[in-house]
Amino acid sequence: MAEDAILGYLATHAEIPDSEQFATQHSLHHNEVVNVIKSLHGFRYIDAHDIKRETWVLTDEGKKYAADGSPEVQLFLALPPQGSISKDELQKKLDPSVFKIGCSQAGKNKWVEMGKQVSRKVQHVEDKVKDLLIRVQSGQAIGKDDINSLKARKLIVAQTWKGYSVRKGPNYAPKRKKVATDLTRENLQRGDWKELEFKEYNFNAKGPPAESGHLHPLLKVKQQLKNIFLQLGFEEMPTNNFVESSFWNFDALFQPQQHPARDSHDTFFLEAPSTTRELPEDYVELVKHVHESGGYGSRGYMYDWKREEANKNLLRTHTTAVSTRMLYALAKQPFSPKRYFSIDRVFRNESVDRTHLAEFHQIEGLVCDRGLTLGDLIGVLNDFFSRLGMSKLRFKPAYNPYTEPSMEIFSYHEGLKKWVEIGNSGMFRPEMLLPMGFPEDVRVIAWGLSLERPTMILYGIDNIRDLFGHKVDLSLIKRNPICRLGIN
Amino acid sequence: MPTVSIGRDRLFAALRRSYTQEEFEDLCFSFGIELDDVTTEKAIISKEKHLEEEKPSADDEIIYKIEVPANRYDLLCLEGLAQALRIFNGQAKIPRYTVAKISKELMHKMHVKKETSLIRPFVVCAVLRGITFDETSYNSFIDLQDKLHQNICRKRTLVAIGTHDLDTLQGPFTYEALPPPKINFVPLKQVKNFRADELMEFYKSDSKLKKFLEIIEHSSVFPVIYDSNRTVLSLPPIINGAHSAITLKTKNVFIECTATDITKAKIVLNTMVTTFATYCERKFEVEPVEVISFDGSSSVYPDLSEYNMEVPLSYITGSIGVPLEVDEVTNLLKRMQLNAEKAGSGHNISVSVPPTRSDILHPCDVMEDVAIAYGYNNIPKRKLSSLKPLPLNQLSDLIRSEIAMSGFTEVLTWILCSKKENFEMLNRKDDKSTAVIIGNPRSSDFEVVRTSLMPGMLKTVGHNKDHPKPIKIYEVGDVVLLDEKKDVGASNHRLLSALYCGANSGFELIHSLVDRIMEVMGTPFVPVGDKSGYYIELSDEPEFLLGRQAKIVYKGRRIGNFGIVHPEVLNNFDIPDPCSFLELDIEYFLQS
Repeated sequence: MAEDAILGYLATHAEIPDSEQFATQHSLHHNEVVNVIKSLHGFRYIDAHDIKRETWVLTDEGKKYAADGSPEVQLFLALPPQGSISKDELQKKLDPSVFKIGCSQAGKNKWVEMGKQVSRKVQHVEDKVKDLLIRVQSGQAIGKDDINSLKARKLIVAQTWKGYSVRKGPNYAPKRKKVATDLTRENLQRGDWKELEFKEYNFNAKGPPAESGHLHPLLKVKQQLKNIFLQLGFEEMPTNNFVESSFWNFDALFQPQQHPARDSHDTFFLEAPSTTRELPEDYVELVKHVHESGGYGSRGYMYDWKREEANKNLLRTHTTAVSTRMLYALAKQPFSPKRYFSIDRVFRNESVDRTHLAEFHQIEGLVCDRGLTLGDLIGVLNDFFSRLGMSKLRFKPAYNPYTEPSMEIFSYHEGLKKWVEIGNSGMFRPEMLLPMGFPEDVRVIAWGLSLERPTMILYGIDNIRDLFGHKVDLSLIKRNPICRLGIN
Repeated sequence: MPTVSIGRDRLFAALRRSYTQEEFEDLCFSFGIELDDVTTEKAIISKEKHLEEEKPSADDEIIYKIEVPANRYDLLCLEGLAQALRIFNGQAKIPRYTVAKISKELMHKMHVKKETSLIRPFVVCAVLRGITFDETSYNSFIDLQDKLHQNICRKRTLVAIGTHDLDTLQGPFTYEALPPPKINFVPLKQVKNFRADELMEFYKSDSKLKKFLEIIEHSSVFPVIYDSNRTVLSLPPIINGAHSAITLKTKNVFIECTATDITKAKIVLNTMVTTFATYCERKFEVEPVEVISFDGSSSVYPDLSEYNMEVPLSYITGSIGVPLEVDEVTNLLKRMQLNAEKAGSGHNISVSVPPTRSDILHPCDVMEDVAIAYGYNNIPKRKLSSLKPLPLNQLSDLIRSEIAMSGFTEVLTWILCSKKENFEMLNRKDDKSTAVIIGNPRSSDFEVVRTSLMPGMLKTVGHNKDHPKPIKIYEVGDVVLLDEKKDVGASNHRLLSALYCGANSGFELIHSLVDRIMEVMGTPFVPVGDKSGYYIELSDEPEFLLGRQAKIVYKGRRIGNFGIVHPEVLNNFDIPDPCSFLELDIEYFLQS
């Protein structure tokens, strides 16, 4: 009803200057008119502009006085026209609050003589307060001083009135069309889609969040790395064995038993199962010998190698333990070249901080062939890392007990404008390979890096715990883009 | 990796030139050490005490913290490191260390008692004669013992070093193992006499020494070294006696290393004496000490003989991958402190490993030194065989999985369709500028090569009317457009399409999918006109309902559209339910 009235009025008039007046004139509730104005404005049938007015309304106390008269007049009327009555008697005749306020106001107005006995000082009074309240109540204007005095006595309060002035909008029509938010099956069935008018889309906002599943960023990067290894002709090693013996994790790699990495500060040793059940005895003898007194052209480390140390079980500290088993098995066969890789979990007894976890993922690649050179290692590293978007590499001499030469790999980081270490590499020592039974000219080049570090750089994550473990931010997992490593 | 702190100015003085930090870092990088930190004494102290760091003033000495390889004990102090770098730079020759030639009668003697085998069986000794310390070299002498104790000595468990002012002592010396109550002496830094068992109790509150107590405390006998006057030199591996303490004025130093590992004891002794023999009256000469075992056998220490290794030239060049002549290799090795010369016929190189280079175990260590001196980064790379996948197909596969994870089912439709399906049924007109036309179609189904994935998708929905709603399908596939730049006049384009069909249009769901695709491509949502990401704008395409469609602008280029499919189009494909459809060209994602 209000909608028809507004649209109809505007068909012949330029403006509705005041929504409240309009409501009164058309015998409508102002609230209803306001709601219709808001809706029509939304569809741009009309343009509405806010108007505000301050008005006064009676408080509960004010309403009471407007009906019953002000307390001072009530008190005055309770006094006898002549003579006086005692204060106590007067008090009994009146409501306590009326008595209290009446006494003070009538006294202030000098209408009455206050004492033990109370009497009139004038014969006639006008109830000006009541008159003013009635005028406010009916919406009439009163003087500023009067407003202030009523306000001071808390008989009236201010109230902000809101309304609108209204003109035709860009989509004005005398009658509103059917408005739809979506095209439905019913619209198609009824064929009324031609008449539908849609609320405009807001393309400045994104759509609602999509219902979707998400893969973990670390594993997305892992998948791409795996693809890269496969493209380079590498075969995946089975790394699903976290429990390893010190022998395969350290001794077989020509890592001496006093090496600091074998300290309980760095490695998780096991209470149960505490030791390995068996080791290949003939091979163990060769390993013991090369540690103690060398051979194969080596001086060895010249110390007493202890079987108990080799038997100790641990959680593997590197996937190179698996590489060692694989190479040992390979050496048992007639020689054929191999390229192996793995990406899996390793464990270190480290305190957890922004950049370190007690477990992380190691990426490892190795090439086993006759006559390999450092040039091959540098070549394969360049090929591998350039597929990860790191084509500017340089190599620093380093020390590692089982590789010689050893090279730390540095990549130039365009964002940080500096060289950052990205991994380690080297050629396995003859003291590791020859006891396995490889021919002398077979060399193994290998490299390793963590999966976490490149992932953190790739996705701009600076706290490793945000990426991996139970303290991850699930929305981070959802937000991250696909891994485009190797696609360029 | 151990870290050595060295005063920068002293280091540069020893290297006889100064470096910018960058130059010095480059030198470290090529030699295989690393400048870890640049700091001052003040900063180190305030860090240790957790104090506010003071601004370094200009006269604070700059300290370089340098990381050295864990097997290079000769680099653990200024003297050794500077010498190695001088030789690497070609500024100095490799020193020849000698043992003073003195008769056995004049040699100091150390007698080893049988009981020591119960606790710490080995001892090796040497004398530095006529040494001159200054404050720097004296501190370095103390620091080196500390570094060795931390590293190769494995916190004194394997080896412990004691150094003494020889002039305060009277040989011969004895190395014994006695019950603790029988040992009595004034330890270093104390004034009162302690019994060994009391001393152990006393040191339980000493933050520096308490960690070493467990090495011997449960033994019934403690190792101890006496001179002939029963003066205690040391209670290894805990503490020396106060009597023989060395000072800046000490001229003759007696060094003893007690150990559970004889090889490491020899390395430690050699490192101490070779490093500090440079301050002796007879430079690089060390006075030997005879160690006589309880069983009568005797050895003379230190053993400064060079270890000789013959390494085939072909092994070196074949492992590095650089053809080098014998002379080149020997010159490179000399820069790494390895004396080398042509052996015999010239196919082999004879290498003399000095006592400072205990890390050289095998010819592969020699080969590595050649490679380092040659420069790792000068070695030409050799490429192994490898494959390169097609980026477009890799990207397609990754996007396909993402859309499937958003709950859409993949369809695979035909490339060929009828002209009508490709144009009129989509409310489009054929302006002859887009589609490849088949000249000899067998039926009207194969008249044209699709220019959009839309007909195939709509036909799929039209033929699955009985399938429960909603239907959410997608396809990533090629369309062909006429292309004058191509020799044959046409080229493929990889498009992605997705469709929702249900009781409602599902427009918002398709909008969300657009956002998700952009999110997985790492593209931010940007305001209209911004070319750094993507935005959506109202579009006007005939296949979509007016006002219910948008174009997708990616890095300033329109790459696709989405919207509610026009009811007339739905009717053309006999689809009774509203659909929303998305199509975009994913090849733009591969352009940078």
